[in-house]
Amino acid sequence: MPTATAPTIDPWHALGDPTRRRVLAAVVEAPRSVTAIADGLPVSRPAVSQHLKVLLDAGLVEARPEGRQRLYSIRRAGLDPVRRELESFWGGTLTNLKLIAEQTYRRPHDPSQEQP
Amino acid sequence: MTTAPTSVSLEITVDVPVEHAFATFTERFDDIKPREHNLLAVAIERTVLEPRAGGTIHDIGADGTTCTWSRVLAFEPPHRLVFSWDIGPTWQLETDPDRCSEVEVTFTAVGPERTRVDLEHRHLDRHGDGWESLTSLGEGTGWPLYLDRYQDLTANPVS
Repeated sequence: MPTATAPTIDPWHALGDPTRRRVLAAVVEAPRSVTAIADGLPVSRPAVSQHLKVLLDAGLVEARPEGRQRLYSIRRAGLDPVRRELESFWGGTLTNLKLIAEQTYRRPHDPSQEQP
Repeated sequence: MTTAPTSVSLEITVDVPVEHAFATFTERFDDIKPREHNLLAVAIERTVLEPRAGGTIHDIGADGTTCTWSRVLAFEPPHRLVFSWDIGPTWQLETDPDRCSEVEVTFTAVGPERTRVDLEHRHLDRHGDGWESLTSLGEGTGWPLYLDRYQDLTANPVS
């Protein structure tokens, strides 16, 4: 299974869960397997796998095969989702700016813009 | 549009004079900021942009608490506004200015009733450098940073 390249879930949402952040923190320290992550946390292996799936889908971590297991590591391109989020935020801001600015602008000496 | 990975650049042209475009952005920031992006995952009643260099942009929660997430770095009507983005990649407040990005908005008259607005959110890598610090998450320090902490962080009450 290839590592996700385009996030399918919101990375900001992915980081909203405290346990998931601890899973991510373990991966940031060093590339680790599910077993190694679970050993360091009070969380079961299946739960760690679930959290890793979300982090993978959010594009925050990546996985590579290592012997019989997969090693999870932080995805350095993790800034890309941040950029996309901000592009969306500022794009919406500028669109709203245009709408509101043009709605509220009343041309001087233009009777058609005046209230009856 | 820029392709630099550490910034986001957008522009739009608005059919109003430059003064009106600047005033709308700064006086009605609360209205133009997309509602679906709640910056801080807390109930926000309104957002205030203080119109001066040295001012702040802060959210006021439904319970009256405030969260200051930006410092106004330049306020030069009607052409330029620069403010910091003190919010980390995971929506938590960033208190170290060296690890904050910044947003510059410029307003250029291209006609008597036509203004180009350029917005650049830059130095995003300052936040990205923070990945390493996520190792401290496991110790439970600094996370999560929610409303009760905001009260401590916003030592300056809203005037």
